[in-house]
Amino acid sequence: MGEKKKIIFAGGIIGIISVLLVYFGNPANMGFCIACFLRDIAGSIGLHRAAVVQYIRPEVIGLVLGAFLISFKNKEFESKGGSSPFIRFMLGIVVMIGALIFLGCPLRMVLRLGGGDLNAIFGIAGFVCGIFIGVYFLNKGFNLKRNYKMTKIEGHIFPIVNIGFLILLVAAPAFIFFSESGPGSLRAPIIISLVAGLIVGILAQKTRLCMVGGTRDMILFRDKYLLLGFISILVFNFITNLIFRYFNLGFENQPVAHTEWLWNFLGMVIVGWGSVLLGGCPLRQLILSGEGNIDSVISVMGMLVGAGIVHNFGLASSPEGVTFNGKIAAIICFVFIGIVSYANSEGLSHVKSNNLAKKQS
Amino acid sequence: MEKIDTCGMSCPQPVLMTKNALDNNPNGVDIIVDNNTAKGNVERFLKHSGYSISVKQREDIFIIEARK
Repeated sequence: MGEKKKIIFAGGIIGIISVLLVYFGNPANMGFCIACFLRDIAGSIGLHRAAVVQYIRPEVIGLVLGAFLISFKNKEFESKGGSSPFIRFMLGIVVMIGALIFLGCPLRMVLRLGGGDLNAIFGIAGFVCGIFIGVYFLNKGFNLKRNYKMTKIEGHIFPIVNIGFLILLVAAPAFIFFSESGPGSLRAPIIISLVAGLIVGILAQKTRLCMVGGTRDMILFRDKYLLLGFISILVFNFITNLIFRYFNLGFENQPVAHTEWLWNFLGMVIVGWGSVLLGGCPLRQLILSGEGNIDSVISVMGMLVGAGIVHNFGLASSPEGVTFNGKIAAIICFVFIGIVSYANSEGLSHVKSNNLAKKQS
Repeated sequence: MEKIDTCGMSCPQPVLMTKNALDNNPNGVDIIVDNNTAKGNVERFLKHSGYSISVKQREDIFIIEARK
């Protein structure tokens, strides 16, 4: 199978599995949502106490372990890290804040549209806008400096932590929180979620699928490879939703969504921009985490901690809409991400240092 | 021939560095990459841009030679 056919196939499977997960019990239009699922995990281990969004999502465990197993088998597993770790951690927090203002990661954004939620259109517009901003800085020389080889054990720890999550999920000790109502209580059986995660983890690792990479590479290089995956997820998800009679077109009363279009837009500007700086969307960060990429593990940790902050500080949107605190947080995110983009763009900072040098001479 | 080292750089830097190097050296460059993802991305970019490529493997790095 050619490269393009493979990623269209992978996208198709992901689009279909996402509907099946809803059929088996996941929240509507939330077969997968990396932001929501990391948020649920953060809640289940007590990083936040929003009782309606606490669960150790087996899909996340499956994604990481699937990527780990296939990369190990294909000799692509490699412990590496050390590329601007704290900036990545902070960007992880920023991406999570943006995603929970919109209510979904880029993958769920596509799944929401595939389910007929038209609010996602504003999300996609914002997402593309954010990617354009990120690409502007890439063209100005933005980078987070290189990574380095790490010891073997370093890359293995995150997959092992995920096995630990699986044990906690099955053993369900008293200190782990599981929602009894709300989205966190809606879940497919553990084994189905885990297998779904494994399949998608393997497909995403093999194809390098990335929701932000599609638009980014199209703008930067006119390369449509990753964009084909993005579009395939949308098309197959839409068709499968029609078949299951889940498709519900409109803006109002969409599941786990709100109608404040400006904030749907701005939330996803943050996610698109932040993800370009990180080098990949939240899904891609999870997959790379399974391949031994510690920089991605750090980003995922940022998202996990970010989820705790979002709910503890009342930043998360709900079907009632965006919160005041959430709006303030979004503005802070824009300031932070702007500073990081500028400071790490060699083209821009070189101009500055050259001018300084000229003045001094 | 101009040589660029993309080792350790994350997505999409290897392709971006290749693109910038080719802007300055349209006849060809040698690109060093250290992982399969970067190798695939750089190769795809070079093919789309009309370059012929040959790849040499040295331990854990690849040297991609792009020629017009």
